Amino acid sequence: MLAYSLRRLLVAIPTILLLIVACFFLMHVAPGGPFTSERALPPQVLANIEARYGLDQPLWKQLWDYLYNIVVHFDFGPSFKFKDRDVNDIIAQGFPISLTYGSLSFLLATAVGVSLGIAAAIKHNSWIDYIAVGLGIAAQALPNFIMGPILILTFTLWLGWLPGGGWNGGQWQYLIMPVIALATSYMGSIARITRSSMLEVLNSNFIRTARAKGLPTRTVIWRHALKPTLLPVVSYLGPVFVYVLTGSVFVDIYFSTGGLGQAYVGSALSRDYAVLLGVTILYGALTVVVNLLTDLAYAWFDPKIRY
Amino acid sequence: MNKIIRTSLAGLLSSTIITGAAIAAGTHPETGEALADDQTFTYRILDEHSSVDPQVVEDVTGAEIVRDLFEGLMNQDEDGNLVPGAATGFTVNDSKDVYTFTLRDEAKWSNGDPVTAGDFVYAWKRAVNPELSSPYAWFMELMSIENAASIIAGEKPVDELGVKAIDDKTLEVRLSAPLPYFPQMTTHSTTFPAPQKVIEEFGDSWTKPENIVSNGAYVLTEHLPQERSVRERNEMYWDNDNTIIDKVVALVINDENVALTRYMAGELDRTEIPAGQYPRLNQEHPEEALSFPRLCNYYYTFNVSDSGPEAFKDPNVRQALSLAVDRAIITEKVKAGGEPQAFTFVPEATAGFAVPAVEMASMSQAERDELAKELLAEAGYGPDNPLSFEMVYNTDEAHKKIAVAVSQMWKQKLGVQVELANMEWKVFLEERGNQNFDLARGAWCGDYNEASTFLDLLQSDSGYNDGKYNNTRVDELLAEAKTSNDPAPLYTEVERIIAQETPVIPIYHYAGVYMMDSDVGNWPVNNVEQNWYSKNLYKLAE
Amino acid sequence: MLGKSQKAAHLAEEITDYTVIQGRSLWQDARMRFVRNKAAMASIFILGLIVLFTIIGPFFAVWNNEEIDWNVMGDVRGMGMPSVESGHFFGVDDLGRDLYSRVIQATTTSLLVGLIGAATALIVGTCYGIAAGYIGGRTDSAMMRFVDILLAIPATLIIILLLVVAGRSFFMLFIALGAVGWLTMARIVRGQTLTLKNREFIEAARAAGVSEFTIMYRHILPNLLGVVIVYASLLVPEMILTESFISFLGLGISEPYTSLGRLIAEGAGTMAYGTLWQLLFPLTFYVAIIITMFFIGDGLRDALDPKDR
Repeated sequence: MLAYSLRRLLVAIPTILLLIVACFFLMHVAPGGPFTSERALPPQVLANIEARYGLDQPLWKQLWDYLYNIVVHFDFGPSFKFKDRDVNDIIAQGFPISLTYGSLSFLLATAVGVSLGIAAAIKHNSWIDYIAVGLGIAAQALPNFIMGPILILTFTLWLGWLPGGGWNGGQWQYLIMPVIALATSYMGSIARITRSSMLEVLNSNFIRTARAKGLPTRTVIWRHALKPTLLPVVSYLGPVFVYVLTGSVFVDIYFSTGGLGQAYVGSALSRDYAVLLGVTILYGALTVVVNLLTDLAYAWFDPKIRY
Repeated sequence: MNKIIRTSLAGLLSSTIITGAAIAAGTHPETGEALADDQTFTYRILDEHSSVDPQVVEDVTGAEIVRDLFEGLMNQDEDGNLVPGAATGFTVNDSKDVYTFTLRDEAKWSNGDPVTAGDFVYAWKRAVNPELSSPYAWFMELMSIENAASIIAGEKPVDELGVKAIDDKTLEVRLSAPLPYFPQMTTHSTTFPAPQKVIEEFGDSWTKPENIVSNGAYVLTEHLPQERSVRERNEMYWDNDNTIIDKVVALVINDENVALTRYMAGELDRTEIPAGQYPRLNQEHPEEALSFPRLCNYYYTFNVSDSGPEAFKDPNVRQALSLAVDRAIITEKVKAGGEPQAFTFVPEATAGFAVPAVEMASMSQAERDELAKELLAEAGYGPDNPLSFEMVYNTDEAHKKIAVAVSQMWKQKLGVQVELANMEWKVFLEERGNQNFDLARGAWCGDYNEASTFLDLLQSDSGYNDGKYNNTRVDELLAEAKTSNDPAPLYTEVERIIAQETPVIPIYHYAGVYMMDSDVGNWPVNNVEQNWYSKNLYKLAE
Repeated sequence: MLGKSQKAAHLAEEITDYTVIQGRSLWQDARMRFVRNKAAMASIFILGLIVLFTIIGPFFAVWNNEEIDWNVMGDVRGMGMPSVESGHFFGVDDLGRDLYSRVIQATTTSLLVGLIGAATALIVGTCYGIAAGYIGGRTDSAMMRFVDILLAIPATLIIILLLVVAGRSFFMLFIALGAVGWLTMARIVRGQTLTLKNREFIEAARAAGVSEFTIMYRHILPNLLGVVIVYASLLVPEMILTESFISFLGLGISEPYTSLGRLIAEGAGTMAYGTLWQLLFPLTFYVAIIITMFFIGDGLRDALDPKDR
């Protein structure tokens, strides 16, 4: 297991390198550069800017310098759009914010989603099942761009209970709406997958055997059914976890949280190369780690899987 | 991060205590209106600003902040007139190519150092220095400062820029050619002074709240990117006693509808009104909904270059399409924010610009439609040979509405087949800049209050002439206007040619359409460039 | 896959012996069980009604989907509400265009986008996931690292590039949707395959000399289908919403054509301005599609469960 994990982490290095190279070239192929503006800059001014950021160098040289600076100085380069800050600043400022509301909403969505799903499966076709299904559908039917305005209209304008946006160091009043908005978008799916997976497991031979042995339902579920049930849920949660940790662009837009989600999409749209690459690397590293964790979790949930 | 906030909060507390004493009276010194105890102005900005470095900033929201933090030689008053800023005034020599500014004796930086002519010399050289590579370096070139162009091109050393500190309080500027509107251009953020010592000490991070030193009425005390930036009263500012607003907060809210909701909840003093909502809001909150003309135009440009469609090379076709656009519908029903209809390229609000009598403007829409059909038939397009082309715009709710409405007008009136295509901003710029379009959206806000800031766009080698319109007469007239004492007739002539040849379809001129809390005093609605200074505002007691 | 099962359900009503799907007893059984599932059949019926509505709805429309009602434009809140007299049965959108016609057109688009997009993701993701999980070892590692890389490249970038390389078209929209949709699917399927391949019945099959391909196809695939189909039915709404983002970037559907995702987004933006119908009508259709997908997915899962006989 340990050897496997180490091997995976070693493989992660070329994986991320490949990711950087792929992303780097894709980025430069995309039309428009960071300094394409409404009124084309005079060629001399543009040349000065490109020289300053090294964009006049051949692509391989730019890539090499970029990698060199990361490895030697841990410097991810300057932002082309926000000239008062560099990529390290942007990630250092945005990531903790995304991490906070992302992990909270992940916990909320998982806790509620999994419980709903299990309850629904155990009491298949009962009112609990219907409520769980109904809630799941409702959560799915209200995507972020409806949830955002509805929450703000309700809690800020009509009730006046919560501030309509901002972060303010992550005080709880500022956290509630982002966490709820983000959590609802996954809660329904998690409940859904848990429910169907549990139904499947409850139908399988070993559970029937356990039941036939006369074990109490509770024991059967907690001891035998839970682990295999969670396996597909974990597969689904892996990518979701990475996604919420790096923040949601919708949450950042509607609640002005200042998280990384908007910085990420914004940098792609404004071709802010270094920011885009920097966040992509973070995203990639998280993906690798979380995928490793999910794979390890497989082995824990199903002892028959061995690496 | 937390530490910084805490220290700046401590700074804020001490400063409010002092200022609280300064305006104890609680009434406005001139109007005598009762003032609110809390003099905080909070407004929404669409997006995070690019920088607060005066020589680097390139966006409007950034420039607004910079105008509060730094003070240039001259300022604008509420009507856009030139008033003294860091300089008390200027003189110009007989050949009109040397300006001498006298700086205020009492002007100080926020760290107590005096503001000297050397600070301006340093800043202006900084602006053209290829090493800093300011995106607004071209503005110095536009100001015709001696040697600016060749320094930017790297052909001459930075020290040869035509600015000199005669003594600590006298600044001399030499121009390569006389420029009538040069003094107006000194209100632009690129020309603001910069604190050499601080920049040399902190390098690129000198603009961080904990490092920055500025000479304007405010200092930057807090900056949470993508969330808020806060500026507070600068005790060292020479006119601090007459400044009423203590604190200005800019909140980043990307979504305009959310911004409006938060305004309604009382979290903001100012926000933009989404397209089409002005009539309703004006009815429900007449004292808060504002609309006033601004110095921007909105148009569609034909691609008349080789890559453009054959049909658009015929002025009759272009004219017909322009005629058939019912501008009243766009301004009254789509935007509905009190925007003026546009039949000329330059907005009427521009200083010293007399709108020429364009024939189209005096016709009724029915007459225009009639003429449009005739012209199009003449050009050989009709039901059996319909004109068809693609119109592109960048993804945005308001642009989409206008494009849809205009395309429907053409379709219904002229039987023209229009395909709509929205593009992501950078793709749009790239395609438009490379003439990969038939008809494209365009808009421009004046860099200074003079007609040439707009008309220059139609000059054959302008960086924004994406339709590649090329008329030697227009180029000549514009070149002549640069040095003319009375350029107005030349501009009128250009507009007349444009109206005839229709390289663009002007649709409307912008209006500033805001929800503004009624307790905000003295918002400069008559300043068409919307160069506002927080130091001139105040908050009334409710 | 989903499209096929719909067809299967329709055919089921005719009760013929030979069906499109090879007529193997496993599938026949599944069909029988599916037909017996009331919720699923009701959902098929409702989905059928929606499809029917998109086909015959336009015959009752007074306005087409792009015509602007110039009289209503400018005072949508006052005059644009749903009304039979004005011919705007669902009211008008912010520009004064008939929402009835627009919703019909949007529903057609979104159904196609949702079903085809999800189906693409389902087929590609399942094949890839089974292959990776079953073969295992180095191949598995390499295949999954490839997925990791793709998952981490910003979708925005990929979509913008597709737009530039291939230009705007309806077909490219499906490519873009498929490109971003199959990755999670592949991970889920691979995870399931890993557990399945160690089960006794697979070992038994292998001992009996069944070929590897047949094991994957005959034994692993049917046991996966439950989870896969449920996830696919979750993908449908996701695809419908993703489309609105892709269109925002300029790839896919352009005005005057629209989709449910975009109508909902537009309606959500203006929900505080007294034109709530602009949100409610498209949302109703969207929710109806989600609910039917839920029960159809559930029904298929039950029906296809090889253990449940």
